[in-house]
Amino acid sequence: MDKRLERILPRVQKPARYVGGEYNEIKKDKKDVELRVAFCFPDTYEIGMSNLGFRILYGIMNNMPGVWCERVFAPWGDMEEELRKADIPLYALESGDPIGDFDVVAFSVGYEMAYPAILNMLDLGGIPLHASQRTELAPLVIAGGTAMYNAEPLADFIDLALIGEGEDEVPELLELYRRAKREGWTKSRFLRAAADIQGVYVPSLYDVTYNDDGTVRAITPLDGAPAKVYKRVVHDMDKSYFPAKTIVPSTEVVHDRVTLELFRGCIRGCRFCQAGYVYRPVRCRSREQAFQYGVEACKDSGYQEMTLSSLSTSDYPGLVGLCDDLEQFCRESHVNLSLPSLRADNFSMDLMQRLQRGRKAGLTFAPEAGTQRLRDAINKNLTEEDLHQSLRTAFSGGWNAVKLYFMLGLPTETDEDVLAIAEMANHALHTWRESATNKNRGVRITVSTSWFVPKPFTAFQWEGQITREEYERRVKLLRNAITAKAVTYNWHDGDTSFLEAVLARGDRRLGKVLELAFRKGAHLDAWSEYFDLSRWEEAFAECGLDPAFYANRVRSQEEILPWSVISCYVSDKYLWHQRELAYQSVPTPDCRTQCSGCGANVVEGGECSRG
Amino acid sequence: MAKLRLLFRKEGRTVYISHLDLLRTFQRVFLREGLVLRHSQGFHPHPLLSFALPLPVGQSSDCELLDFEVDGQVDCAALPENLNRFMPEGIVAVDCWEAVRPIRELDALRCRVELIYDGGVTPETVQAVQDLFARQEIVIQKRTKRKAMADVDIRPLIRSLAFAAEGDALCIDATVAAQNPGLNPALLAVAVETCLPEHAPDFVRVQRLSLMDGQEMPFR
Ligand code: SF4
Repeated sequence: MDKRLERILPRVQKPARYVGGEYNEIKKDKKDVELRVAFCFPDTYEIGMSNLGFRILYGIMNNMPGVWCERVFAPWGDMEEELRKADIPLYALESGDPIGDFDVVAFSVGYEMAYPAILNMLDLGGIPLHASQRTELAPLVIAGGTAMYNAEPLADFIDLALIGEGEDEVPELLELYRRAKREGWTKSRFLRAAADIQGVYVPSLYDVTYNDDGTVRAITPLDGAPAKVYKRVVHDMDKSYFPAKTIVPSTEVVHDRVTLELFRGCIRGCRFCQAGYVYRPVRCRSREQAFQYGVEACKDSGYQEMTLSSLSTSDYPGLVGLCDDLEQFCRESHVNLSLPSLRADNFSMDLMQRLQRGRKAGLTFAPEAGTQRLRDAINKNLTEEDLHQSLRTAFSGGWNAVKLYFMLGLPTETDEDVLAIAEMANHALHTWRESATNKNRGVRITVSTSWFVPKPFTAFQWEGQITREEYERRVKLLRNAITAKAVTYNWHDGDTSFLEAVLARGDRRLGKVLELAFRKGAHLDAWSEYFDLSRWEEAFAECGLDPAFYANRVRSQEEILPWSVISCYVSDKYLWHQRELAYQSVPTPDCRTQCSGCGANVVEGGECSRG
Repeated sequence: MAKLRLLFRKEGRTVYISHLDLLRTFQRVFLREGLVLRHSQGFHPHPLLSFALPLPVGQSSDCELLDFEVDGQVDCAALPENLNRFMPEGIVAVDCWEAVRPIRELDALRCRVELIYDGGVTPETVQAVQDLFARQEIVIQKRTKRKAMADVDIRPLIRSLAFAAEGDALCIDATVAAQNPGLNPALLAVAVETCLPEHAPDFVRVQRLSLMDGQEMPFR
C-alpha cells in the first residue's frame, strides 16, 4: 500500500472503505490488461456497494478478457481533506492506481444530487473537468445510469453518456475503444464512431441554440450524428448476467445482503415515475433462474439476508412459487427473505406474513396522494379500501408500526387532497383500534411527505414544481391537520428537492452553474451534512440564470425540451396524452391488463410480453 | 462438536477492518465453506464466535485466535486451507485445533512496535527512548470507560523490551500484559510522544507476534 495512504488512514472515519481487498474483488495482472476502466460511483462506498447496477457492470466489464474494471468511490469529507493535503490523487481500490492513469473513467449516475461529486472526483483525480480540455483519447470520461436520460447539465464535462441499462452497450463501447487505442485514433474520430452505437450520446456532437426567453431554439446534430439517440435495454433477462458471485464488503454497507433482481421495468405506469417510463417494457427473469441465482448468491457470499428487488416486486408473475422455493432453502440455510416495495393488496400481505416469520419490522406503504381523485390523476393504482384491508391484516397479525409515504405538490393537488392525507392517517389509527390483537404495545403511524420533483420522460415533464412558499404552506396545512398523538409527521427538507427539480430538467447552460457551485465547495451534496443551497444560489446569480426557470416553469407542448434528442421509446405524444388524462383524473390500465400503446414495444420487436 | 480454535493472521489492507466487521466477515466465511456455526440460545440468537483478544484497527497480527462452535464434524487439519479460499485479502488462517485451554490463561503478548522517523533514527533518540522505558513509572493519559481522561502508569504492564534501530525505524520488541488488564502496544508509542515530545515519531506501526501463557510458553 502507498506509504502516504498508510499515514492518512488511521486518522479518518471508517478507513476500511478506502482500501479494497474484499472477498471476490477482481485483480488482474497488468501485463494481460489492454484497457483499464476506473468505474466511479459518485457517492460513498456504503452507497455505491449497495447498488446492484454497479455490481452488474463491474462483473460484465471484468468478464471481458483484457479489460480490468476497478472501483472508485467518493471519499467522505475527512478523507478528501487528507488526500488533498497529502497530494494523493483519487485512486481505484483494486490497484491503488490514480484514476487519471486509466483509459476510461466511467460514472454510474443514479441521481442528480451526485453531479457535484462527479466534478469533485475528476478534480481529486487530477483530470481536467472539461471534456474540451482533454484532447487525448485517454482518459475518456463517460457516464450512465438513470439520471443520464437527461445528461445536459453534465454536457461540458463528460465525453459521452450511455442511455439505458448498460449491459449491451458498455462492452460494445469498450471494444470500440480498444480498437481505437490499438490503431491510434484521435479522440474526435473515436467519439464520432461511438455515436453510431445505439445508446451512446455524445453531447459535443450536438449544437444547442436558445431563444431569447431562454428556451431551446434548436438542437442540431453535427458531423452526421444521429438525430435521435435511443436507449438500450436488455431483451432477455434469462440471458443477461447476474452477479451471483460478487464482492462482499468487509465493512457494513447500506444494503448488506443478496439483492435478487426479478424483473426490469414496471407494468403500473405511475405518471410521476421516471423509472416506470424509461425502463419499459417489463422484462422478467424466469422463476427457475431467479431461484438458482438467489441460492448461488447466498452460498457464495455467506449472506444471511436476501431481498427480492424490482420496481414493483409484487407484480412478478411467479412470485408465490418463487417464494415457496426460496422459503425452503432459506429456512434450511438460516437466510432471512424480505420483500421491499410492497403493494397494499391482500396478495402481498399474505406473502409478507408468511415470510416475516415472527419478525415484525415496520410496514411501509406509498399511497402517494390522499384522495382517490388525485391517485387516479397520477395513476397510482391503490384504493383506500386496499390499504385498510392491508392494514387490518397487518395489525391483527401483530404489526404495530406503519409508514405511509406521500408527495406534496403533485399536479392538480388541492388543499382537499392535502387534508385527506391526515384523514388517511386517522383512518389507519381507527383500523388499528378495531383490529389490533395487542393494544398494550400501542401503535406508531408515520406519515412522510416529500416535495414532488417533475422528471424528464414522465407525463409530468412539462409541469412546474410548486414554489417553495406553496410547498411550505401545504406542509403547514397538513401539520396542523395531524393531531393524533400516535401519528408522526415527517416532511422532506425543501432545499434538496428544489435543486433536484432544477438539475433534473436542466440544459447545458447549467454546466457553468454546476462548476461554480463545485468551486464554492459543493462536493458531496447528496448528503445533508454537506449540502448548502446558498452556494448554488450564488452560482446561479453569477451565471445570470434563474433556477425557477428550470424548477417552477410550466412548459408548453411545443417547447423543445433539452433532452429531446434522447428517446426511451415512450413517445412524447403518449406522455402528453397521459398528462391530459391526469388532468381529467382518468387512470390508465396497467400493461398486463391492457397495452396503452406507449411505444416501448419496439424493444420487444412487436408486442410486449404479458408474463 | 467441541469448541474449536483458529489461529489466523491479519495483515496488509485488512488491518483496517474493525472488530465487529471482522466478526461478520468470519460468520460469512464459515458459511461459504458450508459450516453452520452453533448459535446461542435465547431471544436474539447469535453465532458462537469470539476473538481471544480484539485487535485494534490498524494493527497487523500473526497470532489472532478465534474460538467458535459448529454442529457436526470438522476436519481441523484441512480447515485453514479450506477457509482461505473464501477470505478477504490479508486474512490468512494458519492452524486449527480443539480449544482446550481457557482464554483466561493467555497472559502475555509479544509484539513489534515500529517508531518511524522520516529523518532517520538518531542515536540520541534510541538512547532517550531506552532511558524512558528504564524508568520506574511511565505515566500517560488514557481514556477511561467513562470517556474521561485519566493518568495511568503503564510500566507494570510491560514485561520486557528490546530496542533496535533499523533504517528509519526504531523497533521495539515488546512483551506486554495481554489482559486483565492488558496493554495496547500502541501505548508504548504514546508514552514516547507524551514523555519525549522532541522524539515523537512521525508514524507508528504495530504488529502482534505471538501469545504466551503465565509460564512464558506459547499459548494455544
Ligand atoms: S407498449 Fe403497451 S404493454 Fe408495452 S410498455 Fe408500452 S403500454 Fe406497456
